[in-house]
Amino acid sequence: MLLQLKNVSKYYSLGSSTIKALDDISLEVAEGEFLSVMGPSGSGKSTFLQVASMLAEPTHGQIILKGTDVTDYDEIERAHLRNQEIGFVFQQFNLLARTSALDNVALPLVYARQSHSVQVERAKEMLDRVGLGDRLHNTPAQLSGGQQQRVAIARALVNNPSIIFADEPTGNLDSKSGKEIQNLLSELHRSGKTIIMVTHEENVAAIADRQIVFRDGKIISDSKKKKSKRSNNK
Amino acid sequence: MIGAIIALAIKSIMLNKVRSFLTMLGVIIGVGSVVMLTGIGTGLQSYISDQFAALGTNTLYVVPGNPFGEGGGFSNQEQAFIETTRPVLKRAYLDRILRNHREIFNSGTATAVGVAEARFGSTTKKATLYGVMPAYSQVQNTNTTTGRWFDKNEETNADRVVVLGPTVAEELFGKVDPINKQLKLNGQNYTVLGVLEEKGGSFGGPSFDSYIYVPLETLFQQFDATYIDSLIFEVRSQDQLVAATAAIENELLRDLEDDDFSVFDQTQLLNTINQILGALTAGLGGIAAISLVVGGIGIMNIMLVSVTERTREIGLRKALGATPRMILLQFLIEAALLSIIGGLIGLLVAFAGVQVIKNFFPATITLQAVMLAFGVSTAVGLIFGVAPARKAAKLSPIEALRYE
Ligand SMILES: Nc1ncnc2c1ncn2[C@@H]1O[C@H](COP(=O)(O)OP(=O)(O)O)[C@@H](O)[C@H]1O
Ligand SMILES: [Mg+2]
Repeated sequence: MLLQLKNVSKYYSLGSSTIKALDDISLEVAEGEFLSVMGPSGSGKSTFLQVASMLAEPTHGQIILKGTDVTDYDEIERAHLRNQEIGFVFQQFNLLARTSALDNVALPLVYARQSHSVQVERAKEMLDRVGLGDRLHNTPAQLSGGQQQRVAIARALVNNPSIIFADEPTGNLDSKSGKEIQNLLSELHRSGKTIIMVTHEENVAAIADRQIVFRDGKIISDSKKKKSKRSNNK
Repeated sequence: MIGAIIALAIKSIMLNKVRSFLTMLGVIIGVGSVVMLTGIGTGLQSYISDQFAALGTNTLYVVPGNPFGEGGGFSNQEQAFIETTRPVLKRAYLDRILRNHREIFNSGTATAVGVAEARFGSTTKKATLYGVMPAYSQVQNTNTTTGRWFDKNEETNADRVVVLGPTVAEELFGKVDPINKQLKLNGQNYTVLGVLEEKGGSFGGPSFDSYIYVPLETLFQQFDATYIDSLIFEVRSQDQLVAATAAIENELLRDLEDDDFSVFDQTQLLNTINQILGALTAGLGGIAAISLVVGGIGIMNIMLVSVTERTREIGLRKALGATPRMILLQFLIEAALLSIIGGLIGLLVAFAGVQVIKNFFPATITLQAVMLAFGVSTAVGLIFGVAPARKAAKLSPIEALRYE
């Protein structure tokens, strides 16, 4: 199993009250799976993504990545883990302003201590892969929203991570660009990438091969379990 | 790794040139003023040393009273004035010392000062009269460019002859050749024997160049000069200075009290002046150094604002695998680089400034001042860069990514 969450909770305290953003979640994600995460606003989708991607630490529970318990990793180990094993795609793209597509994509390689020539070579390769081989030196301001998100996806791929986490990747895009991004993610999935994607749009969630739904910090439905239940019933 | 982070830091600096320049401004001003002000101080010092060297190094001065205080600085003005107005030095002392110590002294002169209204044609000018003996030209290395000095007979006979400093010659005679012309001093005719070479000195104020040199006897008989204000001796060689000082003291103590006179040489006077100027330079440098610290605080403030502005960027970098140490290093290097670049620009400003100042005032930039200013500005960047860099390193990636 690629990623396992065992009885994971994440609490936030606001003054005297405690918010259970994640409430005793258990989940397994297999290699090559494309998982979509749905649920109403405030149900804990983003929190789940942050905890599963090693950006935030859980309050309770265990996180096991590629068979290793990484729950108690310190900040430096987490940084290395994110750098090597995780790719991020954000709703707001989060590209460095006034910085070329090439430099944006190369950034994870800088922190991976790769040589400059490797950085350039790998970044070019990834931009080619997302169809922006002719836009290497454009800055975000010179690119459309869809193109910016493709740069972000190239950046997420550049260190060849085990899992790509995407939080509302089409949320800031018009339907045409959104469709392009969906196609790109499907294509990555077909090539064997593991993807976990938060979305509130049914049609976007449909491109994944597994859907889970959150409510009040809990998973209230998981398409994989339904299927297996159904098959058990047969 | 450090190379990659330096590259990131340089990219960040280049990305926001206006902000970078504003951050550097304090350091530019700080380094510029430190280097420029110390340049003026040291320039003044070497200028004065040169002036003294031009006057000769084996010269001894005897003046009434004690112009040097115990600590080496000039003593209480009022006291010095009272003492110098008492006529203590006599021409006879000079003659006796020279006669009794031929093996030590080459020559010597007594000097006195008066004022008179000088007139040539329609030009009049209030001039300082410097009463000297013919040996003055040798003792003080002061030669004529045209004409000649007065001789021993002219001096002892109190002849009405003068030698002009180049400035006063120019002012009174303009393009006319003054030699053998009649000059009126307080209405009486004097013959100009010679014009002196330029000595320079004292920034446009009165100087040796603007004096009218008259025979000492003439000064006493024709003008209201009443006392001799110095005896100047030329010692045969520099290593006789100590013996010469002792000889003068022995002779004078036969008639005078210990406190009535002082004997000093150029080095002593120069040391005193250098001490004062050194303190002045250090003081000016110190004041300017405060502006460097202010510049450092400027860097800190703008970097702190910049960390807040760049919160999302920092969050992103952390999400992508930057450790707190890498973020810390990037911001520290940014601050240090800004400070170093600011220091370099400040140096350029100081060099340009000194070139301009040189036209009016002696100023030189020393390597020492450059290195000090540069070292201090780099240190300032590093020290004041710590707080913003730590703030950046501590940001939580989720909070930072959420930040709008
Ligand atoms: N940093 C935080 N501090 C306090 N409460 C938070 C924080 N982050 C999220 N929450 C709360 O946790 C709950 C889940 O939030 P989130 O995971 O962002 O939901 P979603 O992404 O599904 O909209 C919400 O009630 C939210 O207000
Ligand atoms: Mg959310």
